[in-house]
Amino acid sequence: MPPDPPVATGVGVGSRAPGDRIFRGLTGFFAIIVLLSVFGMLLTLLVGSWPALKTFGLGFLASKEWNPVTEQFGALAPLYGTLITSIIALLVGVPVSFGIALVITELAPSWLKRPIGVAIELLAAIPSIIYGMWGLFVFAPIFAATLQPWLTEHVGSLPILGMLFEGPPMGIGMLTAGLILAIMIIPFMAAVMRDVFETVPASLRESAYALGCTTWEVVWRVILPYTRVGVIGGIMLGLGRALGETMAVTFVIGNAHDIHASLFMPGNTISSTLANEFTEATTPLYTSSLLALGLVLFVLTLIVLIAARLLLMKMRAREGQRT
Amino acid sequence: MSLYTRRRIVNHVGLTLSILATLFGLFWLAWLLWTLFGNGLRWIGPRMFFESTPPPGANGGLANAIVGSAILTLAGVGIGAPAGILAGTYLAEFGRTSRLGAIVRFVNDILLSAPSIIIGVFVYGLIVLRTGHFSGWAGAIALALIIMPVVVRTTENMMRLVPDSLREAAAALGAPSWKVTIVIVYRSALPGIMTGILLGMARISGETAPLLFTALNNQFWSTDMSRPFPNLPAVIFQFAMSPYEDWQHLAWAGALLITVTILGINIAAKMLLKRTKS
Repeated sequence: MPPDPPVATGVGVGSRAPGDRIFRGLTGFFAIIVLLSVFGMLLTLLVGSWPALKTFGLGFLASKEWNPVTEQFGALAPLYGTLITSIIALLVGVPVSFGIALVITELAPSWLKRPIGVAIELLAAIPSIIYGMWGLFVFAPIFAATLQPWLTEHVGSLPILGMLFEGPPMGIGMLTAGLILAIMIIPFMAAVMRDVFETVPASLRESAYALGCTTWEVVWRVILPYTRVGVIGGIMLGLGRALGETMAVTFVIGNAHDIHASLFMPGNTISSTLANEFTEATTPLYTSSLLALGLVLFVLTLIVLIAARLLLMKMRAREGQRT
Repeated sequence: MSLYTRRRIVNHVGLTLSILATLFGLFWLAWLLWTLFGNGLRWIGPRMFFESTPPPGANGGLANAIVGSAILTLAGVGIGAPAGILAGTYLAEFGRTSRLGAIVRFVNDILLSAPSIIIGVFVYGLIVLRTGHFSGWAGAIALALIIMPVVVRTTENMMRLVPDSLREAAAALGAPSWKVTIVIVYRSALPGIMTGILLGMARISGETAPLLFTALNNQFWSTDMSRPFPNLPAVIFQFAMSPYEDWQHLAWAGALLITVTILGINIAAKMLLKRTKS
């Protein structure tokens, strides 16, 4: 399909009719609303966080102090927690999503593709708060009784890596939050990867098979290089989701304003801090500091999401036909 | 070991790992559902639908939260879906190649994946701070902002699937373009748009974070949208985190109810789309 030709609607004779101008104006108005709401979000956060940014300056990002009594606030601990849990989520989630996308596009017989796809999509539909409850009441106790002692015993004694797995097996903490985030973002990344894998022309794929490539080689040397940009875009999309995920993390991270080397220790993310403290903030500076945290999170996700969309757009532009 | 054997082994190991990854993904879905039914089913009874949330230690149900959530969700859909359909119409009919169209499309994709808690904070600043109190309307607007980009996206995609020859045929018969869009294009794209609305509705009915700062919660029966509004996700959050066992039981029952509803809407939406495709 060539790029869209100019369409008869909206141009030419028809557009002079009053009904057309009204309809076009009305739809255009709501298109502008979409724009305004994102700029409104940025503006609200900027204005709201101004007192905190004026008081603490750039030091806000570098201080790990968070004391509502003395009114000293810094973003370092929640920022650290946000980044670490998201990195854990990606480390676990990316290979799994890749495997799922591979199974759906290359391996599964056609009658099985749809059920697997639907099941994975249902995983994405389950609300975040359910993941949180399940994580706190079901996953964390089992995790503390099995995997955590195992990690401490086998990895904990290693020189540098061991520091990550020290401490009491409490079940809740950064690692648990990261793992649950991983489960939550897998469906999103798997869906994008599946879609971009399917854009690979059949002729390319079959040429590789005809040369005697194994399925793994076709995926690794033909499909992946061809779709690299799109796959990275999908991963960024997953990262964007992990950064801002709130309820699931709030349940299992332990909510401590602290920075520990160990992943077993409780921590905090920006979104969980907001969820826990926003309605309890008593002084203007406290509220403003929370809004400043929100601003940091929003800017962070904006950068990631814009990068993701640009990569996916590049992928589609090369593909030429998909919209 | 010959090159051939090594390639075969790498292939088998890689594919086995991929299948394990798929099972890993499905395993969590099964475990989650198992937990929900195991912990929640026992506590679901008629009382849940007819009595309001109790103080700790007393008997009660989730009636106010269920009705509150239904009202909030419908109000969110009622505000967000028409706005989304109109904005999506602009993108599909007028903004295909224009610069404004490209920008709106891009920003809409950003809004689609923006953290919902940030949307909550935005509506807090926009409405709660101005009016001075939490309210059901603030919650509904937060939910509308979450469903709107979903509807914009599906509306545009579905309307662009309608062949231009259909539009041109209608225009050739003398229909003004607004009539072409409403009578011809909407009619063909309707099932797809409905699917988008249903999927969006499923998403907002489980949203918790944006409601914490907007609708807050209400322990009592209330249908006054200008006051703090009862809703199921906030009740689940409050009750699950509480030390009282009977509250936790209600939280599990609510969690089961909300998940079954959401998965049900999702499956219905997919079946609707599949039926119209075939």
